[in-house]
Amino acid sequence: MMSQPDHHVPHAGTELYGVSRDELVADIPADMAAETLAADTATTSAPAKYNPLQRLVHRFSVLGLLGLVMVLFWLLVAFVGPLVAPYQGGALTSTEIFGRYSAAYPLGTDYLGRDMLSRILYGARYTVGLALAAAVLASVIGTFFGLLAAVSGKWVDEVLSRLFDALISIPSKVLALVVIAAFGSSIPMLTTVAALAYIPGAFRISRSLALNLMGLEYVQVARARGEGLLYIARVEVLPNMIHPMLADFGLRFVFIVLLLSGLSFLGLGVQPPNADWGSLVRENIGGLSEGAPAVLMPAVAIATLTIGMNLLIDNLRRRSRSHGDA
Amino acid sequence: MADRDMIEVKGLRVVAGAAHGPVTEIVKGVSFSVKKGEVLALIGESGSGKTTIALSLLGYARAGCSISGGSVRIGEVEVLSLDAKGRRALRARTVAYVAQSAAAGFNPARTIMDQVTEPALLHQLMTKEAARAKAIALFRALALPAPETIGERYPHQVSGGQLQRLMAAMALITDPAVVVFDEPTTALDVTTQIEVLAAFKKVVRELGTTAVYVSHDLAVVAQMADRIVVLNGGAVKENGAVAQVLDAPVDAYTRQLLAATRRPEAPSAALQDGAGQVPPLLQIRGLSAGYGRIGRDGVPAVRVLDDVSLSIARGSALGVIGESGSGKTTLARVVAGLVDRARGDVLFNGEPLPAQLSRRTPEQYRQIQIVFQNADTALNPSHSIADILGRPLAFYHHLRGAAAKKRMLALLDLVKLPASIATRTPAGLSGGQKQRVNLARALAADPALILCDEVTSALDTVVGAAILDLLAELRRELGVSYMFISHDISTVRAICDEVIVLYAGQRVEAGQRDVLAAPPYHPYTGLLVDSVPELKPGWLDARRHVAACKLPAMGESAAVPELCSFRSRCPVRIDGICNMTPPSLKKLPSGAEILCHHSAAELSRLQNLETIPA
Repeated sequence: MMSQPDHHVPHAGTELYGVSRDELVADIPADMAAETLAADTATTSAPAKYNPLQRLVHRFSVLGLLGLVMVLFWLLVAFVGPLVAPYQGGALTSTEIFGRYSAAYPLGTDYLGRDMLSRILYGARYTVGLALAAAVLASVIGTFFGLLAAVSGKWVDEVLSRLFDALISIPSKVLALVVIAAFGSSIPMLTTVAALAYIPGAFRISRSLALNLMGLEYVQVARARGEGLLYIARVEVLPNMIHPMLADFGLRFVFIVLLLSGLSFLGLGVQPPNADWGSLVRENIGGLSEGAPAVLMPAVAIATLTIGMNLLIDNLRRRSRSHGDA
Repeated sequence: MADRDMIEVKGLRVVAGAAHGPVTEIVKGVSFSVKKGEVLALIGESGSGKTTIALSLLGYARAGCSISGGSVRIGEVEVLSLDAKGRRALRARTVAYVAQSAAAGFNPARTIMDQVTEPALLHQLMTKEAARAKAIALFRALALPAPETIGERYPHQVSGGQLQRLMAAMALITDPAVVVFDEPTTALDVTTQIEVLAAFKKVVRELGTTAVYVSHDLAVVAQMADRIVVLNGGAVKENGAVAQVLDAPVDAYTRQLLAATRRPEAPSAALQDGAGQVPPLLQIRGLSAGYGRIGRDGVPAVRVLDDVSLSIARGSALGVIGESGSGKTTLARVVAGLVDRARGDVLFNGEPLPAQLSRRTPEQYRQIQIVFQNADTALNPSHSIADILGRPLAFYHHLRGAAAKKRMLALLDLVKLPASIATRTPAGLSGGQKQRVNLARALAADPALILCDEVTSALDTVVGAAILDLLAELRRELGVSYMFISHDISTVRAICDEVIVLYAGQRVEAGQRDVLAAPPYHPYTGLLVDSVPELKPGWLDARRHVAACKLPAMGESAAVPELCSFRSRCPVRIDGICNMTPPSLKKLPSGAEILCHHSAAELSRLQNLETIPA
């Protein structure tokens, strides 16, 4: 299905690099920082040589664009999915279980005869929303504290590091089980648990990245200039560690999808009749031997989301490196 | 056949770039030949293609490069027409390579002997025992300490200079006909460089090996080579015997290179005699500093600086000389506030300068700026040059918008960079340009004192000379003072009015620049001065006779921490004095202060004795 465009992709990608590198050398970092940090950059905006769409196309390679489109698609689905779904998410609509593709049920029916398309559209809200929210939360909090620890040093670093070490020593699934068993399963609780499980990892990575950067001479120059810690962290250190952190974010996102699916499998995740994609795979696993679309389609949904996310992030990273070489 | 050349390179062309994309020619039709047993030097600045040519002798082109034309013949073998197997055999027996960074060339997890004998064993050229015996013989020939047992050590247990010699042993173990030395001494201290060069020269001569020596340092090449090939931009500029190239250079570029090496001394800036009333810009008294846990007596675990005093008058330049590990960089960092001091006073403009950065005033921040050695890591790769220069302007002078832009362009102009550079990021700049941006950033603060930490060490001779000229010019125009840190005596002499010499954190000598010109000086200063290679063939051989004499015997040292730190290497040490009592401060006739037991007259006698045979 994907093999046709694949042949052309790398070549077109490299060609696009060449063009954009020459023309946009100056304003790429500013823009990218603004985009990735979104909140706190004070960089000046680039001169408007192109309209925004053209700029976007110029900034990404074809693969990156593909990733962006996939991620945006699922984000959109998460918001409008229930509105466009042909049936109610939990409604029993067909007498046929594990039905094939048909006009009435484009993606077949599940083990109870529910429309699979609607199930996936409803499930997107849980998977994308929950996993994305948890991953963003984990990465942002981890990065923030990692940066804080590295920049402040001394006892702040010690306290934070030991705190997160303690957290990392608890197996994430067990922690999730205990917390959910104690407080019951709800969306905010699941988000918190997933984020909590992955904050220490993000903290470790961001702290070690920031610590390396702190030793570099441009940071020393900034310190000798008399800059405050906030400025050093925000302007000198953060932009240089944002790309590895983004790659880490992509990985963490995938792990969180897996963790949530695992919890759903144990019956502690999203509670029936609602279901995230992980639970959709699990509850329809019986149809695997029949080759039912009911088990295939949620898996495809998970795959496209995670692959799309990783393509997008890898591409952001590669773009900056090729820029560095220029 | 005897007079047929050992190496013959004809019309060699190397290109960089993708197979279908645009290509850049790095080596443009280079031809030269080397006779058997001859040492040929390839000299040029970075980017001149010298390493690329040297690697092509091994039939190798770095990733992204390819050899596009010409021929390389070594002995009877046409190197470029060999297949992968043939090249492997060539590298096993015929050609060996000694890389610049020995530290990166050794595997830290295996013993030195394993690694030195590896080429011979890998290609099954000799038995393990024979290889070991051969290696030990080579260790001895290369004047390594304890040749029988040094092979049992691991790479981190020997010094950098020793590692470089071990790397040569690794290359020589297969008895290659040709050895390629790729800047083997560039990363070493002057005093270490001498030892390594002497060892290389001896072993090359004894084994009758044909060698190609790649370097950017003419003075080093003058000692090692029989012939010199001067390269620039991938083309041969001059090819001749050492004496001819040094004494009667034909090509304009060679003359430029020679001029950059033989730097004339800058005329002494006229110091205000009325300096008596004005306090010196920076005065340091009895400074001690270090790293690690601070002990009960207030002294850190690792003491890097020990009782250092100096002063810098307004508008003058002080040179700080010493080997790596002597504490020069720490000195700059203490002044900049990046390292806490344990003891001592630092006065800036006559007022005490707080040790901690956070306690300094904005004005003190502004007036002291630091420029680091490594221009690559001193500029934030994610900022444009405009951002980098704009920040100090906004931070110190609250300049924004058009005013900041105007000032930034003026700064770029001051350091002789085009205004178009402002929109680029550091990745798009050359080493020399980056160092100029570094300087411009320091100047943006409008400082009174710039701490220059080895600012030219990482640069080519010609580029470094241009930076030094720029520094001298800025000083004349803006009246800034410098603390100029370097391990290179000639650069210090080119720019500084006064010098201090550091050894193991102690200030062993301090005086006017001229104290370096002639004896008497402190024995360590003497060693440093004598170790700078002269642009004169045969200098190394003459010096080796001097260096060969043994150090005077010395007994156990008394447990006094203030003993002379140089006593373990001092050629004129006195048993019973140097290891028993701390030296006192003496004044030499030249006005210099030294930390030594010898009197001026004695030193003068000893050092003239030493230099006469040279």
